Amino acid sequence: MQMADAAHPISHAAVPHGDAHGHGHHPNLEHHFDSLTQQFDAGKLGMWLFLATEVLLFGGLFCAYAIFRRNHPEVFMYAHQYLDTTWGAINTVVLLVSSFTMAWAVTASQRGQRNLTSLLLALTFLGGVGFMVIKAIEYQHKFHDGLMWGTHYDPSKHGHGHGEGHGAAAHGAAAAAGHAAAGDGRGGAAESHAAGAAASAGAAGDHGASAAHPEATTSVHAPETPGQGASAAAADADVPPERAPLEPSQVALAPSGPAGLHVGGHDLHGPRPDNVHWFFGVYFTMTGLHGLHVLAGMAVIGWLFVRSVRGDFSADYFTPVDLGGLYWHLVDLIWIFLFPLLYLIH
Amino acid sequence: MSHGSHSSGHAGGHGVGHIVPVGLQFGILMLLLVLTYITVAARWIDLGPLNIWIAMLIATIKAAFVVLYFMHLRYDRPFNSIIFIGSLLFVALFVCLALADTVTNKPRMWTGLAPAVAETQKHSDP
Repeated sequence: MQMADAAHPISHAAVPHGDAHGHGHHPNLEHHFDSLTQQFDAGKLGMWLFLATEVLLFGGLFCAYAIFRRNHPEVFMYAHQYLDTTWGAINTVVLLVSSFTMAWAVTASQRGQRNLTSLLLALTFLGGVGFMVIKAIEYQHKFHDGLMWGTHYDPSKHGHGHGEGHGAAAHGAAAAAGHAAAGDGRGGAAESHAAGAAASAGAAGDHGASAAHPEATTSVHAPETPGQGASAAAADADVPPERAPLEPSQVALAPSGPAGLHVGGHDLHGPRPDNVHWFFGVYFTMTGLHGLHVLAGMAVIGWLFVRSVRGDFSADYFTPVDLGGLYWHLVDLIWIFLFPLLYLIH
Repeated sequence: MSHGSHSSGHAGGHGVGHIVPVGLQFGILMLLLVLTYITVAARWIDLGPLNIWIAMLIATIKAAFVVLYFMHLRYDRPFNSIIFIGSLLFVALFVCLALADTVTNKPRMWTGLAPAVAETQKHSDP
């Protein structure tokens, strides 16, 4: 279409070109723009408007996150321990570096360095591949461990080798203390109270089944999800009455235990609160939508790569590279916030 | 087709877009990596409720560098900045208003309807 335009310069004869360089109609200048600059600015304006809608889209999710976290900090404190900060940090670096290569690609295309642009676009694409591979590893790990949303949340799924509370006795003084406090040899109780064993060793020592909050009864009838915190276990196991009801203020919420459990490769501190699955609902929604954006960005970059190799871009016409870059940076931008919000909860 | 006579003769001054030097962008990348390290390391310092704000502050600084230099907004038309900052303001409004309800009404929630809320409230407001 652009070639066709160029082939019929007569149709543009009446259009006053803002291009100050005196040459004829540029092959990349669409006929409804006065100049390349105007065309470029219009493209950027449209892209920024689109990015604004993207910000608003993710804004809804960030809002949901904020309310969940404000209402149930204990869920976030507990569940984020399942996330591997190392993978998250590596992915942050991968995205930042690919953002840099993308920015460099824009600079290269602005300077008309076609081969360098192609190379940098390829590197940026590989950054996207790396991010998605790491994300896939993380997701697979969570699927395997039953760390999922809603009714799919079942951390006992991954068998006795990683079983919740399996290694309680073997791990540290805190676990041992909690074990003793909640009552040794209580059979089934020992299986699940371990989640609360490290509920800060001191507190556990004082309060025994320290997480015995009133709604424990709701979880007693859910045997398929063992270890709803020490509460379920305690309620199940006929805890002596003087131990069971506790002041809420005594509930150890902060994951500040000196030592924790080692469950399926995760060091878990503190009692497991109810509704941990909501964290994973939020996690998968936010990282899932972000992952889709990464895939879309990769598709765009792949398309840019093909066009760059084909020689579509020049110092005069690099708008697609610039706009694709803007999208890729936005994806990076969102991850910059997702990473601390999901992986670095303190 | 783009490598015609017109494309390379106007070094620098053509006016389409602003070229950000690679060196500057590399410096920004290094800065972003350092900030990433800081935000990960800050996790080990217990500042109570301040931690989340520090993490968000660092993330915002990182985002600002990405937007200003990688996304060229510093050199861009001001109207694009207005659009982008406007969207951020509306997200902030959205989150703040929604959170305002959560925060202010929490103590008055009925016990039993949102147990963890009441419990947390008692715990955090001795």
